[in-house]
Amino acid sequence: MNTSDSSGGTVHQRSVVRVGAPLIIAALALSACGTSGGSSGTATTGDKKCDLKIGMFGALTGPNANLGIYIHNGVKLAVDEYNAKNADCKVTIADFDSQGDPTQAPGLAKKAIDDKKIVGIVGPAFSGESKAADPLFNEAGLVTITPSATNPALAENGWKTFFRALGNDATQGPAAAKYIKDTVKSTKTFVIDDASEYGKGLADIVRKDLAAQSVGTDTVQTKQTDFGPSVTKVKASKADALFYGGYAPEAAPLIKQLRDAGWKGTFVVADGVKDQSYLDNAKSAAEGTIITCPCAPPDSAPEFATAYKKAFNTDPNTYSGEGFDSAQILLDGIAAGKDRAGMVDFVKAYDKKGVTKQLKFDAKGESAAVLVYAYKVEGGKIVSLGEIK
Amino acid sequence: MQYLIDNFFSLTVTGITLGAVYALVALGYTLVYGVLRLINFAHSEVFMYGTFAALWAVQFMGGHAGASIPQVIGWIVVMFVVAMATSGLVAVGLERVAYRPLRKRNAPPLIALISAIGASFVLSELMGLRDKFAGIFGQEQNLDAYVGRARNNAGLAEILQPKPVFTLVDYQVTNVDILVVLGAFAMMIVLDQFVKRSRLGRGIRAVAQDPEAAALMGVNRDRVIQVTFLVGGVMAGAAAVLYMLRIGITRYDAGFLLGVKAFTAAVLGGIGNLRGALLGGFILGLTENYGSALVGTEWKDVVAFLLLVVILLFRPTGLLGESLGRSRA
Repeated sequence: MNTSDSSGGTVHQRSVVRVGAPLIIAALALSACGTSGGSSGTATTGDKKCDLKIGMFGALTGPNANLGIYIHNGVKLAVDEYNAKNADCKVTIADFDSQGDPTQAPGLAKKAIDDKKIVGIVGPAFSGESKAADPLFNEAGLVTITPSATNPALAENGWKTFFRALGNDATQGPAAAKYIKDTVKSTKTFVIDDASEYGKGLADIVRKDLAAQSVGTDTVQTKQTDFGPSVTKVKASKADALFYGGYAPEAAPLIKQLRDAGWKGTFVVADGVKDQSYLDNAKSAAEGTIITCPCAPPDSAPEFATAYKKAFNTDPNTYSGEGFDSAQILLDGIAAGKDRAGMVDFVKAYDKKGVTKQLKFDAKGESAAVLVYAYKVEGGKIVSLGEIK
Repeated sequence: MQYLIDNFFSLTVTGITLGAVYALVALGYTLVYGVLRLINFAHSEVFMYGTFAALWAVQFMGGHAGASIPQVIGWIVVMFVVAMATSGLVAVGLERVAYRPLRKRNAPPLIALISAIGASFVLSELMGLRDKFAGIFGQEQNLDAYVGRARNNAGLAEILQPKPVFTLVDYQVTNVDILVVLGAFAMMIVLDQFVKRSRLGRGIRAVAQDPEAAALMGVNRDRVIQVTFLVGGVMAGAAAVLYMLRIGITRYDAGFLLGVKAFTAAVLGGIGNLRGALLGGFILGLTENYGSALVGTEWKDVVAFLLLVVILLFRPTGLLGESLGRSRA
């Protein structure tokens, strides 16, 4: 909430300076950063529909909220830029805070579908909740562009409304495996997953690709805090690298306990761990961690990075750019006068350069351009090592 | 099997350190059960408040990595004092608010159990919403280091880096392992002596054995119950410090799973029986580790609870039987 409030202020100023007149309407729209829109009737200018909304579906509170908030900021930036240009016909963001919990996802999806002003959804952010919510969106014909759910199986369901603005784990997994083999030069690799849709999917790909050099495998659980048995296994295997498929809340205590036990190998994780909370909690144990991510580093889109920094007073983070791109596609659709039904075909035919990559989707809704980057934790910061080729 | 043999000591030592934490928390369940015949489900939250108290105490003192040994010892001592005081107070407050009014009205045990579960949720969510709570007083920004990101993990500063002290066949025992085990044993001995020798301890045993006779003999039951909660809370506070030194990360819901495990340990050893709780804690910690070595880490919790079921099938009152009053401690 903090972030949306403070950025709300800046938009407010901007729109006042540029437009001046519809102060009250602007204030109404801005106060409505929650789910309730400033519904003062559906005003129309030309054939464009106004008062439309973009849904933001993901964890905005809860232990995985940071990823959701990074995306939300990207979406907000795109919407604010749109509103500054179209002050007479604003778009608002409707938040659907799933807390990353698949059991909450279907209920929220129904809520989003029932709100007829929502023409498209950015999200769901995680793979588990996507699996739970996307069938409903498909049935209702409400387009979803996920900026972060990377489980490959999601695209295999024949959902017509499913689009993914980044590479999936089937591309991230091999890239991680390649990096472990070629750059880390590991000969004894251990793989752990957290049994989640995302973590297991990713870890299984790495297991398959590195089967020849695998020295062991293990499964932990989400919310686990003591990893004693896994630590013993990793140490006993004499692994020189460990790949963990999972999220930051478990990765932090895991690496901390491994380092405490004196394990010296390279810790390789994927995008689910690319989060400030990992650094805050694992502290010095996080140093040297390699993070793969289909997310573009800020330096690949300097203009976006500058605008983001100006709006939120912090650098863009994981999937902020993808969130921005996803929202941009929907906003372009709104500008072209598309309603909920017309949006699916619009997104399907979309082909434009975004801040992260060329935005174009294949028949399954997968991103046509796929780039995977490597990052490393150095001096308490996540620094980019460039694209994994 | 070969893996278990090769890594026997590694699994044993880590199992014992975790078991020590279970045992200390289990004492709280067992003490309260012995005196009140009530399972204090909110005890896991008492533990969780201890972890945060320890964390914030270090944060407040500016604890950091690489400090001198006397300084580190100082920090740890303060951690213990603050966490034990906090957990003790939370436990006493809990008894005051959630149980005593029910007892005064002679509510049936089931009502107290529901009250316990409710109190557990309230305490946990209060911690998970602490940023909003601070926001009510406009202190959200000032206290950001303490209340910010309330639903995320919070990590302890690295005041004590584990260093290998000696090698036990296949495992390098670290200073943290030693501290955890010694700390837990010290607390257990203190408690054992307290219950066995002190006046209040005698009162606890008397009430556990026969509340009415104890009342006739002039034992103030309310006072004894309060002391029982306090002692259980203090033990949970000590467990919280040991947990933070070893795991180093806590969260508003960190008490839940650990609480369930500790409760299991208490039942395993015989609920109401202090030594049973200790035995149960260690057995549970070890079983989890051995079990995960034999059948896979993902079965860790299954093995632990399976053990519980099997033991209760053959010994329904737990390994050492339920009796706070009759046993000498």
